[in-house]
Amino acid sequence: MIELTNVSQHYIDGQGSLTHAVRDVSLQISAGEIFGIIGRSGAGKSTLVRSLNLLHRPSSGTVRVAGRELTALSPEALREARHEIGMIFQHFNLLSSRTVYGNVALPLELAGQSRTQIREAVEPLLELVGLAAQRDRYPSQLSGGQKQRVGIARALASRPKVLLSDEATSALDPETTRAILDLLRKINRELGLTIVLITHQMQVVKQICDRVAVMDAGRIVELGSVLDVFRQPQQDVTRALIGDVIAHELPSGILERLRRQDVGAARLLRLAFVGDEVDRPLLSEAVRRFDLDFSILHGQVDEVQGQPFGSLTILTRASQATIAEASAFLAEHGVTTEDLTAQLLPAASTTGSPHLTLLRGDAVPLATEALNRVA
Amino acid sequence: MSPELLALFWDSFLETLAMVGTAGIVGALVGIPLGVALHVTDAQGILPHPWLSRTLGIVINAVRSTPFIILLVAVIPLTRVLAGSSIGTAAAIVPLTIAAAPFIARLVETALREVDRGLVEAAQAMGATNLQIVSKILLPEALPGIVAAFTVTLVSLVGYSAMAGAIGGGGLGDLGIRYGYQRFLPEVMLLVVLVLIAFVQIVQSAGDRLVRKLSHR
Repeated sequence: MIELTNVSQHYIDGQGSLTHAVRDVSLQISAGEIFGIIGRSGAGKSTLVRSLNLLHRPSSGTVRVAGRELTALSPEALREARHEIGMIFQHFNLLSSRTVYGNVALPLELAGQSRTQIREAVEPLLELVGLAAQRDRYPSQLSGGQKQRVGIARALASRPKVLLSDEATSALDPETTRAILDLLRKINRELGLTIVLITHQMQVVKQICDRVAVMDAGRIVELGSVLDVFRQPQQDVTRALIGDVIAHELPSGILERLRRQDVGAARLLRLAFVGDEVDRPLLSEAVRRFDLDFSILHGQVDEVQGQPFGSLTILTRASQATIAEASAFLAEHGVTTEDLTAQLLPAASTTGSPHLTLLRGDAVPLATEALNRVA
Repeated sequence: MSPELLALFWDSFLETLAMVGTAGIVGALVGIPLGVALHVTDAQGILPHPWLSRTLGIVINAVRSTPFIILLVAVIPLTRVLAGSSIGTAAAIVPLTIAAAPFIARLVETALREVDRGLVEAAQAMGATNLQIVSKILLPEALPGIVAAFTVTLVSLVGYSAMAGAIGGGGLGDLGIRYGYQRFLPEVMLLVVLVLIAFVQIVQSAGDRLVRKLSHR
């Protein structure tokens, strides 16, 4: 459905220096997929999503959407092609001078449709997003969640094949975020729409994405199914992002204490469970079979993409051989084991906490782990 | 006050209305497109033409910084072509319009700048043409600001119109100067001032009410 080939985007910034927002990104997104692009602010994801409908024309590379090479189209043909690509925004971008109905009707008016055609298209959309009763209200009279529903209805009005979502839930509270994501999921299933969403919240990816690309400094540094990325994140930036929603990394306090205690020959292991394994008594089976002793330091069981997902960090003094046997047994049942013993060495003091590089203007999650456990 | 003077008062009031109304409306017809042109040709606009934008800006600033009393006489050759004469109420409307248009243009440009850029981006994402962006997004969203700009312009024109007496334009201001000041009739002066105050109040509050009605922010 969407194909990016070697897309780069650079521009001269205010100080006159060259900024590379997107560097050599190639990407294929299939029809009907919900594809997430995640990254910290400034990673280039906003520019990347705007290159999908050419709001930002890439400096080089090609963009194909729904079989058309957008980068090769004339301005008129591009406007036509944009009817097939809906877009929703972080700050909704609704016209304050138009009612809910008028806002949803706008793309159809722009396309030159008649009043009756517009009414026939807009009313079912208002039903779909649950705003039929608010049709004559102005955006200023709506809550954030309702505004985004208007944005979604408006984006769907021209019957697009692709929906781009630019941080659509970042200005909403957690409960409203969940409701909006459920709506997107519903649209994806019922209308078969391909959705590309960019976000800085792993929560969003966790809830609805099928695949995810992690962006850092303009590049895609990691790409895969959400479950795979959660199970075995390859990059520090990915681990840090996952750490926002899953108790994946060992809290630095626990790590510090272990280092001080000098745990001797003990091994620090992280087990990742996905899907049905969570339900099976695999661990207790392993304990009985291999006479394994361990203490649980940290962990969480949650749902990723509708599948149970668990992460458990344990400390064990069992022998190397026992651990190898137990790991093999667990691996047979789809549980991955990762040896984190190196983190116990004082030299590796940076690996305990998520590798956050905070930039000015970054949203800093406070006490998210505690909140997640409550939730 | 004698009946003759009252009749003169009424005529002067109508002259003021004619000058302010005509200059305001023609000024808006010229000034609003000019303001749109300023906005869209800006470097950040939807049709960037920095040179055109800068040139327009310079011309507008030049007209706005010329004292009205000087503008009044400086444009006399043009007035003669357009109004057929360089004296009288019709002749005063030409310089008043020339003063009003750039004034409105600047205020409209400011009102357009207040429209969130995200709305323009959303419209572009929907496949809107530049003309549609102006007519369906920018102007409707800036309408309350444009009405406010028009109100301010009308009020300023009331002040400018008082100088129209210099070229025989008549109007209340002229009446005040000729009868109130030069003939020592302070009650005429007072009445002129009171009527002008009431007129400005009515224009301003009508404008404010319209802005409130149009604005849904």
